[in-house]
Amino acid sequence: MSRTDWEVVIGLEVHAQLNTASKIFSGASTAFGAEPNVQASAVDIALPGVLPVLNRGAVERAIRFGLAIGAHVADKSVFARKNYFYPDLPKGYQISQMDLPVVVGGAITIRVGEGEQAYEKTVRLTRAHLEEDAGKSLHEDFHGMTGIDLNRAGTPLLEIVSEPDMRSSAEAVAYARALHALVRWIDICDGNMQEGSFRCDANVSVRKKGATEFGTRREIKNLNSFRFLQQAIDYEVQWQIDTIEDGGRIQQATVLFDPDTGETRMMRSKEDAHDYRYFPDPDLLPLMISDEWKARVQAAMPELPGAMKARFMDAWGLSAYDATTLTASKEVADFYQATVSAAGAALAKPCANWVMGDLAARLNKAELDIGASPVSPAQLAGLVARIADNTISNAIAKKVFEALWNGEGTTADEVIDKQGLKQVTDTGAIEAMIDEVLAANQKSVDEFRAGKEKAFNALVGQVMKASKGKASPAQVNELLKKKLGA
Amino acid sequence: MSLSNEQVGHIARLARIALSDAEVDATRAKLNGIFDLIEQMQAVDTTGVEPMSHPQELATRLREDVVTETNRCEAFQKVAPQTEAGLYLVPKVIE
Repeated sequence: MSRTDWEVVIGLEVHAQLNTASKIFSGASTAFGAEPNVQASAVDIALPGVLPVLNRGAVERAIRFGLAIGAHVADKSVFARKNYFYPDLPKGYQISQMDLPVVVGGAITIRVGEGEQAYEKTVRLTRAHLEEDAGKSLHEDFHGMTGIDLNRAGTPLLEIVSEPDMRSSAEAVAYARALHALVRWIDICDGNMQEGSFRCDANVSVRKKGATEFGTRREIKNLNSFRFLQQAIDYEVQWQIDTIEDGGRIQQATVLFDPDTGETRMMRSKEDAHDYRYFPDPDLLPLMISDEWKARVQAAMPELPGAMKARFMDAWGLSAYDATTLTASKEVADFYQATVSAAGAALAKPCANWVMGDLAARLNKAELDIGASPVSPAQLAGLVARIADNTISNAIAKKVFEALWNGEGTTADEVIDKQGLKQVTDTGAIEAMIDEVLAANQKSVDEFRAGKEKAFNALVGQVMKASKGKASPAQVNELLKKKLGA
Repeated sequence: MSLSNEQVGHIARLARIALSDAEVDATRAKLNGIFDLIEQMQAVDTTGVEPMSHPQELATRLREDVVTETNRCEAFQKVAPQTEAGLYLVPKVIE
């Protein structure tokens, strides 16, 4: 039986760290990278007698997320204790939400694949709930002991759970990327995956094509990059198919992905699954969210990627592909909008080409984010405007762009002026160059007259070279044809 | 409903409590007493009553998102059995 006889079923659980200043239940700072335990308050380290008090900013971010994905934001939600013992969890329980989460339902539209093969798909969300993070265990050698840093304990998390709607690792990665872009877009999470601000767990199962029941799933824990997410799922899927085809059965389990070997391995089986004994936390009364609060959050919501994409297409005439690419992240969208607002809406399309083309390639080469681009939106707009009004050709524009990148001028106009790059449009000057080229290239002229079209292109090239790229190729073409009587 | 000794052992393990055989018997009797109470409560007709997570109809209080805590690590670590480089040290745990 081959791989194509199987259907893959994937659901993701994402932990997004909310970018509040203080913790979810205490007034301690959430800043990353502090000395161990200096940001662990009495509540965070669970001293006897302390009580949690919920952070309004964390709730507000959960509401913003719920509204952004068209979910139901619960009027009333309840915090519950998830009980387990581990040294980085000093209370002996994590405060989370179980039966009544703050966000229910919702959906995200994803774009999968590239070019002709690309397609759109809607992934439904089950729920999103608020909870606290645990501390960190450091297993390096402290005389055979484990070191505990509780700075992270009590950091607010939004756990976002999808329905098992994804059918390939590519879809799972597209969903994770869309979610990652969204939480940054609505500014509830910094999305820093190296620092653990956005972590994925993947529930993976396989079933025969056409089957109506799901197969038994295994959960891959703690994937902190999109590449690992893809690799882990691909390995896991093949392992499950091989196991079943060899006559085995999949046992429900939690597994870990080892980036060094590219393999998943069992962490615990269903028999050892934690028995968390959830119950409502008596220290925290129900969270009530009024319609008025939701309305205020809705009013402050930035334009969402979907709406912005539609506006780019309707108002500025961009293609679906361009509009999708330019709204893939808040930073790119901001940069593009600033460029168009400086260049004028009539130049929206060439601005899009530059942002997605030369600028993206140059940033990629320099390994820079668009936010750190040495060329500003205003500078790029100035450049696009000079191409549009025929001051420079596209070829020269690339030179000007490079000069702006290297700080050889503050505006495109200054670079063009200083380096004498203005397009030559004076017919007499171009004709003089053509005459010189024709005189020096009699062989090409003869070949052209003998019917070799290629020779003409060679002559155009020579004239362009003589003009140092400053002549307009269209004008050279026209004048050369006239001269040769073609 | 009544518990088996095995179930009592499981609950004790989850709570990290070591029970001798005699203690298991005694604990089982006490826990079963609690189940008797629950059974009595379940006899009450609660049709149409919405379950409550807390005994009062109150909403949780919220605090503003501002940092109000200062670093009190040194004072907290005075009562810890063992610390090093700002870390609390505990017996080695690898899951």
